[in-house]
Amino acid sequence: MNKKSKNGGYAALKAAFPHTVPVMAGYLFLGISYGIYANVSGFNFLYPMMMGIIVYGGSLEFVAVSMLLGSFAPLQTFLVALLIQARHLFYGIAMLEKYRGTGWKKLYLIYTLSDETFSVNCSAKVPEGVDKGLFYFFISLLDQMYWVFGAALGGILGSFIPFNTEGLDFVMTAMFVVIFLEQWLKEKKHYTALIGVFASAGCLLVFGADSFLIPTMVCILCFLTVFRKPIEKAGGFE
Amino acid sequence: MTLSQEIITIAVCALATVICRFLPFIVFSGKRETPEYIRYLGKALPAAIFAMLVVYCLKNVSIAEWSHGLPELAAILVTVGLHLWKRKMLLSVAAGTLCYMLLVQFVF
Repeated sequence: MNKKSKNGGYAALKAAFPHTVPVMAGYLFLGISYGIYANVSGFNFLYPMMMGIIVYGGSLEFVAVSMLLGSFAPLQTFLVALLIQARHLFYGIAMLEKYRGTGWKKLYLIYTLSDETFSVNCSAKVPEGVDKGLFYFFISLLDQMYWVFGAALGGILGSFIPFNTEGLDFVMTAMFVVIFLEQWLKEKKHYTALIGVFASAGCLLVFGADSFLIPTMVCILCFLTVFRKPIEKAGGFE
Repeated sequence: MTLSQEIITIAVCALATVICRFLPFIVFSGKRETPEYIRYLGKALPAAIFAMLVVYCLKNVSIAEWSHGLPELAAILVTVGLHLWKRKMLLSVAAGTLCYMLLVQFVF
């Protein structure tokens, strides 16, 4: 017991790291792009770095740079930020049970529940003998470190990039595709996955790229509520 | 903006993020049993959310304009095909990304 807890941290870190490699590639690239964007917008590297630590929400941080360039409007900033971040409500609901009983780490786990960290922690299986809380903690911590490091680096480098990285941002798409596929292969019936596909594709067509997330969330909630009986009967979520 | 206005703006962004991330955990705190409906949502949501995130990543792809989403389609097919074959996440993600980069840099 004692020995296990002594090595628990290292074992959890070792188990966690491979799960974060796609996020590392994506976050370093996106983080650097974000830092460059902030830099060419006239902010020194401390801005993207601190926003990576304090706000830590990719798309909102990009928007925040343009807000900082505009006039001071805290209420409007707050409302826009809420709209952009509303999808995180879903992540919390989905992680309620998984993050239960993680002790002191829970605050940090919730604080850093980004799209990518949510996807990894929600789909990764905690290896046997590894502390669940520490495993999630290291994935969350590594992910945030990649992002903050990338943002700071981009902020320092400015627009100097040594090689052509066009298309590298696809790494995030590919990761979500694989996680979605894994989920699909785990399920016997695909009701909820199909609800997700059709709700988001439908809302994207109707509402457009800039404002389809909130309607998509509403649609998903409605469908999951209306079809609760058949979905629960099909089961096989985990 | 002055420095203090900048700090307030950043703090407001952080506050909105923290609210969205913490709200479910605060409302359904550990002491009381989580309502069954919420537990059901917690299990049913991930598959739908993953689909939403894939669509979110592809939201700016235009089928009507040049390249017609073809590099994205090809790269996703490579990712999915390789994953069904080898079932190795890193390999599938790396190959899909590389395929996309080659396509957008040299072909389209």
